[in-house]
Amino acid sequence: MNTYNNLGSKDTRSGFGEALLALGKADENIVALCADLTGSLKMDAFKKEFPDRFFEAGIAEANMIGVAAGLTIGGKIPFTGTFANFSTGRVYDQIRQSVAYSNKNVKICASHAGITLGEDGASHQSLEDIGMMKMLPHMTVVSPCDFNQTRAATFAVAKHIGPVYLRFGRPKVPNFTDPDQEFVIGKAQLLLEGNDVTIIATGHLVWKALEAARLLSEQAIRAEVMNIHTIKPLDDQAILASVQKTGCVVSAEEHMRNGGLGESIAQLLVRHHPVPMEMVAVDDTFGESGKPEELLAKYGLDTPDVVHAVRMAISRK
Amino acid sequence: MAIFGSTGECYLNMSLSMLSATDLSTIASQVRRDIIRMVHGAASGHPGGSLGATDFLVALYFAIMKPDPNKFSMDGNDEDIFFLSNGHISPAWYSVLARYGYIKTAELETFRKLNSRLQGHPSPMDGVPGIRMASGSLGQGLSVALGAALSKKLNGDPRTVYCLVGDGELQEGQNWEALLFGAARGIDNIIAVVDYNRKQIDGPLDEVLSLGDLRAKLESFGWIVQEMDGNDITDILDQMSVAKQQLKKGKPVIMIMHTHMGCGVDFMLDSHEWHGVPPNSEEADRALLQLEETMGDY
Repeated sequence: MNTYNNLGSKDTRSGFGEALLALGKADENIVALCADLTGSLKMDAFKKEFPDRFFEAGIAEANMIGVAAGLTIGGKIPFTGTFANFSTGRVYDQIRQSVAYSNKNVKICASHAGITLGEDGASHQSLEDIGMMKMLPHMTVVSPCDFNQTRAATFAVAKHIGPVYLRFGRPKVPNFTDPDQEFVIGKAQLLLEGNDVTIIATGHLVWKALEAARLLSEQAIRAEVMNIHTIKPLDDQAILASVQKTGCVVSAEEHMRNGGLGESIAQLLVRHHPVPMEMVAVDDTFGESGKPEELLAKYGLDTPDVVHAVRMAISRK
Repeated sequence: MAIFGSTGECYLNMSLSMLSATDLSTIASQVRRDIIRMVHGAASGHPGGSLGATDFLVALYFAIMKPDPNKFSMDGNDEDIFFLSNGHISPAWYSVLARYGYIKTAELETFRKLNSRLQGHPSPMDGVPGIRMASGSLGQGLSVALGAALSKKLNGDPRTVYCLVGDGELQEGQNWEALLFGAARGIDNIIAVVDYNRKQIDGPLDEVLSLGDLRAKLESFGWIVQEMDGNDITDILDQMSVAKQQLKKGKPVIMIMHTHMGCGVDFMLDSHEWHGVPPNSEEADRALLQLEETMGDY
């Protein structure tokens, strides 16, 4: 069985910031915009190195999205940065019309996604963003799992032509994927092979899925673990191939059950290969203040929750 | 006018610099006919604002920007580019794009109909040359135009970005974010134009939600503000010429363009009732009697 080791915990947002700086050096068409959260988004290095290509929008996200859409005309590749909540719900119609419908090459980069934003509480915890963004035609939705993968994803979305939503987070979490990995948008990453259940996770919950698989292996349950770093377009083939082998599935994400990754998987399976499925996700409620790990536990997004869901799914086979 | 053929197609190989204000008025009359016929043909659309903004759009394309309609590119590098923020006046824009040579005039017949490129509100989805951004949901165009102006600056492109914004649309908060941003970043290669007809769907703008002293507001936001009569082509040409002299001075420029909703059709003039209502056949006939066919109907 493959094992994955934490190479040293890091925040995914720093992977974004590091890649953005490198992109700026490599391509003068890369520009960045931020709505008064430059430090939080780890965009300060880009700002310092390329002051002429960095645009502080102030606390005015709607205008930021519009300006970014306009910058694409003339060939710029704009990366906007703010928290996930302010990157999506706050500016949904601006994204819908000026970015998605107009099919502009804007990269909407959203930090502090999910409940692990922590102490700021529900006003800032975005648990609906994947749903909102995946519903938009033309939009690609990317949700990497650790620092290394967020870095790789940032390079990949810069190359991709078209609107992208790139989702990452605030806390330091295990960094375990290959630093030199090739990131292919839309391609699922099979982390562990197994025959008893497929655990399909995204973002911070991928590590939880690996932890769960380790615990399950001690009980002779062999879990297949798949990282879906691209929620849209979904890698239908990889998911179907795995589920056809294992016969049941558990999804895991730091997001509302409504509109999340699990919902996309369920929609695929119900049409092509219905099997027992359980979803580890937030159950139609807002979050609250607390430490990230406390919140994951309270809202049913922790390793034991994945283990429990696996047992449920297998029992229904 | 010699530059137009009998089919109504526009021949741009003739010199646009020869066009006088009278020539532009002649074109505007045909555009107004197109608007009435399009909106009547679709039995839906927005004639009032379209008629009011016609003179400006004609002057902008035929005398001010003069882009090459055969070389449309999405990036619009090294040419003046235009954004329509109040997308509901699409009939006026589509007609001008057709009469200027971007699309065939026959295509105007498809306006708002199934499988048409000429959507109720403009969209670049189907590749209509001349259109770079979707609009219709109000309040977004000025931000986009400022972004495009920044792009031109980064590219060392000396040309100008134009943006038409509705007055009722200024009730959307995003415009005021954009106004702050444009001044704070010194975006001085843009001329924004407010179509100040003082009407919106629900009634007079001052009754729905007054903009107060618009000029004072815009000036206090740090923009260079000018005014013009948007239904007087000579004044449009004169004032836009003055406005161009204000570019590259560290501040964005905005025009308060006084217009009359429904201009050119007496029973539509200055009435918000015609904001989004198409004329019936009898009304369309009455309107067309007031508008001379100058370039051949589509």
